[in-house]
Parts: sequence; C-alpha cells; structure tokens
Amino acid sequence: MSGHPTRRQLVTALTGALAAVATGGVAHAAPAASEPLAGGTVATLEAFADTMVPGEKRYASDRAVAGAAPGAGAVQAGAIALLRLPDLGLGPLLPELALLLNTRATAYALSKGRVLLPTQPPFVALDFADRTELATTLLRPTGADQRIWILLALFSAAAFDTAAQLHTVEAVKERHPGLAWLRFPSPDADGLWRFPQYSYGRRLAREHPRTTTGGSPA
Amino acid sequence: MSVTERTDVLVVGSGFGGSIPAYHLAAGGARVVVLERGPHLGSQDFAHDLRMGSYTRTVDLVEGDGITVVAGNCVGGSSVVYFAASLRAPGFVFDRQGSLGHRLWPSSLTRASLDPWYDRVEETLPVSLPRWDQVPYPGGLFAAACTRAGRTCNPVPVAVDLDRCTNCNWMLNGCHFDAKRSMLLNYLPAATAAGAEIRALHEAQTIAPATTPGYRYRVAYTVLDGDDYRVPVGAGTIEAKVLVLAGGALGTPVLLQRSAALLGGVPSAVGRYFSGNGDRVSIADVDESKVRELLGLQRAPGVAYEGFPVGKPIGSMSFDRLDPQDPEFTRFSLQQIYFPGITNILAQATDRPDSSWFGVAKKDLRSRWRSWLSVLAMTEDDNEGVFGPPPATGSFTRVASSVGLSTLRHRPTAHTLRGWAAADAEARAVLERDGLARVRPWSETVGSLTAHPLASCRMGDDPATSALDDHNELRGHPGLFVTDAAAVPTSLCVNPSLTVAALAERACPHIVDRAAEAGVAVRYGAPAPDGATSGRRGVLGQAR
Repeated sequence: MSGHPTRRQLVTALTGALAAVATGGVAHAAPAASEPLAGGTVATLEAFADTMVPGEKRYASDRAVAGAAPGAGAVQAGAIALLRLPDLGLGPLLPELALLLNTRATAYALSKGRVLLPTQPPFVALDFADRTELATTLLRPTGADQRIWILLALFSAAAFDTAAQLHTVEAVKERHPGLAWLRFPSPDADGLWRFPQYSYGRRLAREHPRTTTGGSPA
Repeated sequence: MSVTERTDVLVVGSGFGGSIPAYHLAAGGARVVVLERGPHLGSQDFAHDLRMGSYTRTVDLVEGDGITVVAGNCVGGSSVVYFAASLRAPGFVFDRQGSLGHRLWPSSLTRASLDPWYDRVEETLPVSLPRWDQVPYPGGLFAAACTRAGRTCNPVPVAVDLDRCTNCNWMLNGCHFDAKRSMLLNYLPAATAAGAEIRALHEAQTIAPATTPGYRYRVAYTVLDGDDYRVPVGAGTIEAKVLVLAGGALGTPVLLQRSAALLGGVPSAVGRYFSGNGDRVSIADVDESKVRELLGLQRAPGVAYEGFPVGKPIGSMSFDRLDPQDPEFTRFSLQQIYFPGITNILAQATDRPDSSWFGVAKKDLRSRWRSWLSVLAMTEDDNEGVFGPPPATGSFTRVASSVGLSTLRHRPTAHTLRGWAAADAEARAVLERDGLARVRPWSETVGSLTAHPLASCRMGDDPATSALDDHNELRGHPGLFVTDAAAVPTSLCVNPSLTVAALAERACPHIVDRAAEAGVAVRYGAPAPDGATSGRRGVLGQAR
C-alpha cells in the first residue's frame, strides 16, 4: 500500500538474508545497495549491533558506538556492511527496520521516564545500559517481534565471529577485528587451512570396558 | 503437454537413506532415478570460507517453533556436511519404550540383528578408529578431564581417511580434500556406474497413484533454480514401480502429508514423533593454567591448550552414562565437538538467560575462544516434535537459499528436560572439577537446536504410533519405502548416521523383493561399491 515494507516482509527478508546468497544469483540487487543510507538509519543499526558485540568508540564524538568494551565490536567488524551485502538485497528494508527499533526505543524511554536528546535517533540516544535492557526485552521468546531482533542479533554476531560479508582468507589477511579478537587461525599460502600439529600424541584416558573393537558402545 | 516418464525405482533424496537403495537397486539390475532437491557439488567446490554464500549453498538452517534444525541440501545430503562420527547405537536403545509403555522399535530389530548391517556400512564407507595420537587437542583435553574426574573416554570412530585428513576443521563446508567419506565417494558413484541417474535441483512435491498399468506411484516434481532455490524453473512427473523416500526427517513427512489425499490417506504417525536425538550442546570456558596444573597438558612451549579450532570436529566421547541398567531418560553419551563461528552467538557468558548471550561479558568470553571446549550430549528425548499442515511446496517455506521456516513444533517434555539436566550435571562434573572450566549450555532463546533430526515417519510394530512396518514400508502403501532418518524410531544416544545407513542397507533386500514382484528384473546381492564382499557374506543369511 504505502510502499513501506510490512513487519511480515521484514521478518521474511531478514530471515532470508541469513541464507545469504546461495550464489551470485541475486547480484542484480547490487546497484540498490550502493545507494547511501540515511545517517539515522545507519547510526540506529550500528547502536543495535554495538549492543550485541560492544566495542570502543571510533572517534571521540561517536554516539552510535557506546564505548562499553575495549577493542573493536560488531560495528567495526562490518555489521552494516553485512546487512548491506548486495547479495542479501536487504538494503531497501533497513530504514524501516531502524524506524521500528526507534519506535520501540521511544516507548521504552517514555516508560522509564528518560529524556532523549532530539538530535539523535531514539535508540542511539539511549545509554548502553538502557539499550541493553531494551534489547533484552525485544529478544525474549515472548517478544512480539522476537524473530526480527534475533536475526538482527545474528547478523551483528556473524559480522564479528565469521566476517560473513568477506571471504575468510581475505578477512584474516586484512586482520578483520572480530576474527583477530577470536585469534582465528591463519590458512596456508594456498588459502586452505591445515594443522600438521593437532594432537597431544598420547593416550589420555582409559576406554570404556564395554566398547566394541570398532570403537562403538556395546 | 508434459510427458510422464517411467522408471523401475524412483528414489527421493540422495543422502545416506537414498544413496544406499539407489546403489543396491541399480547394481541389481533395476532402472533407478534419484531426485535430489539440492545442487551437485564436489570437493573442488567446497571452499574454506565463512562468507555468506559459500557453505550456505549446501546447509539448511530450518526454524521451527521451539526448535531449529541443521540439515544438508545437496547431492549426498547430510553426508556431505556431517562430522563423520560413525557409531553403533547401544543395545538398550532398541528396547526403549519412551512415554508409550511399549517397545518403540520393531521386535525384529535389536542391536544383534542390526550388527551385520552395520558391518556392511562400515566396510563400504569405510569407518576408521583413530589412535590416541590421531585425536586432536580438544578431544585429548576432554579425555584428560574425564580421566581426572574418574570417567572413561574413547576415541570416536569416523568415516574419514585419516591419512588424507589435514585436520582443517572445515567439515561443515564439505571436504575439500576428499578425506571425509561422504556418499559422493562410495555409494553414489557406484550407483551411477551401475546406471542410476541422479538429478540435482529436482524437488519432489506430491505422490499419487500411477496411471500406467504396472506402475504404482506417480511423483510430481519441480526443477529449482541453482542460483535461487525458491524459484522453480521447470516441472515434471515420473512414474515408478517402487518408490523410496529419503528426503530427510524434515522432508519425507511433509511430502507424505501433502500427498495424503492423493494417496487415500497416510498413517497417523506421519509427521509426528519427531526427535532431535536429544541433542544438547554446552560450551566450556577452559582455564589454560588449570589445563597445565591439573591435567599436565602442553601442546607447545608455554601453550597448554588453545586448540578449539584445531582438528576434526569430533575427537573423543564418554560412554560412562550409557548404562543399560539406568532408567530411561537418564542415559546419554557426552562427546567433544566443534561448531563453526556462526554458532558463537549461542554461547552463554552469564547465568541470566535473557541477556547471557550478548553484551560486554559475552565479548570477553569471545576473547578466550581458542580456549573453548564444546560438548554435545546425545540424550533420550521423548519424540515430542509434531509437524503442522504442509506448506504449498517443499519441505518448509524457503525464505532464502539456506533458511527455511518449518511447521515443526517442539516443546520438550519433563522426560526430555530430565535427560538434559542429567547431561548438564555430568558435563559440569567432568569439566568444572577443581576450576578446570566454566560450563554453560547453549542459549535456549530460540528453543533447542539439533543437527540430528529423526523419527518423523518411524518404523515400529504398533500401527497407532509408527508409520512404517519393520521393513521400512509405509503401512497401507505397498512398494513405498522410507529409508532415511525419518524411519529411525527414537533418539540413539550416539550420532545417527551409521544407524540410518544400516537401516537403509537392511531395507534393500525387501525393496528388491517388491521390485521383483512388480516385474522388475532385479536381484539383491551386490558387493560393497569398492568390490569388498565380507559385509555381503554377513547379511545374506538375514536377507533371505
């Protein structure tokens, strides 16, 4: 009707985005994804990603990243780049998603008597403790839109834990902050992982007495 | 106007349950067609890559209500993406009664009667038992912790060529080195060599009676776009004298539900009694200094462990809680296992379940990722999963290439929760002793998660609570067999693949008999795909 995606469309698109692209078949979405997002949308989604995997501020006046934890967080790890991955085709839905989050943030602020700075999107205007409390409510199994927020959480975490918007070989080479935080191992020169040293090399337990010669339980 | 094709035997699905009948029927002389909804890929396609669009081509994440299921979606099915642990189910499993008060498995099926079929599968894959010096660091650490806690621990038999394996830990992506013995390396090439035709990106949609005299079933399928599995690019029908369903425990019941009216009804157990194999995963945050002090382990100068991402995903496991004398719903195995980073989100850093899995404390937990150890308990669950009405097409509503929404609803019963609690307590008893680690289960914010879907169209003797007879034939529908994980009656307390495969091997002589009755010139008795014959010798007495 209005051209705005419905909540159901949001759920479907977000769920789908996880699949991420079996192939290059959705590459036709690339031009749309390169269009700029409004600053408020980006800041709102960044603030949510930062609530999931918090990091240090990128610059002194950074509002979206709350600076709640040392080191880079999901934002620096590329959460917005993942959400905007051309293959996902999610770009057009992101403003509506940020709007929904800000609606929730406004309601939360009213219920808690918080006064929000009008210069920031409402979710960004919340401090880290409030963002965390609101996110906790949204992500509960009883939350009305839980699936949306779970998926947004999943993308935030996937950007940090797996650099899912990048080929892993490149991500490791470029010292992707999430993989570096995990101390993810490096591949061989051919881009494949191998561990020639992988075992303590000795018996460390007594086998169960009721084990078959093939190694199964009796 | 479309032309209906005909074949002797049609197989739906190409994982363990489909590849094995396809091989035996084709090798015995039948014309065999295999419909597989996923793509046909090989080792050169299996990259070491976590980018969206790599492994997501072949792995489905299916969200139900209260449960999420991981399953394969490619030629070779879950055998391509599995972790290759290949264990026989303990004997007591076959005597389980669940909540029904009677034996759930067919009376003809015991561990002893299945052993010759396990032998056949182990010979064919084949399965290897690693030596202790072939068990990777996480498996060694778990073993040492078991020893210190007064437990036993075993190396896990795996369908892996241990000499070829590089211990890269990328099994979920498919094996780039052809070391993991998926169906792509044994049954499927042998089936193809014997004349079976494997059609990738073909998704069966309905089953109806055939209209051609001499043929029993007519299957309608769609052809899927390899770049976007949601998009159909063709359709067709094919008639067969014998139909074998092996589309997995999330696929087979849904296909039958959708076909129920066309078939004049299906047994009431179709789409009920789903089991997630009682899977329960916990993450241990291991104290490196304690590994050195308490266990005396050191992998390199100054490094005690830090080995979470190294090796094969499954290395060792404890059988201590598989005592047949213990009551049902308290028995389980505890297995060391590795899951890729996409699951890191599920690890809990605090004891506040609503917020334990994100935020500051969770990021701090991630900084010790290399010191994590994860363990999988495979418990006795209560077969409590139930499928709702089927979607218009497919096994679930595919919202994108690797994500689906299923009608499967799962609410763990008190029995299942009892098993999980016992498993949690044991994991803590082994790993938290003297402060070695801090152990917490995966977050249950989105319900439970299983990589072992079972039992949604199960075998049994009781028509009220089982859909298949003891030869895997659907009750009331002669010549229609189910040979995948859906047929397994209960959770197994071990990884299911070897049992799924053994049951499929066991069904083959009966499928051959039905085909022969329908006039197909086919015999049972092919050797293993590589020509080995000792497994065949072991079963020929049973098969006839």
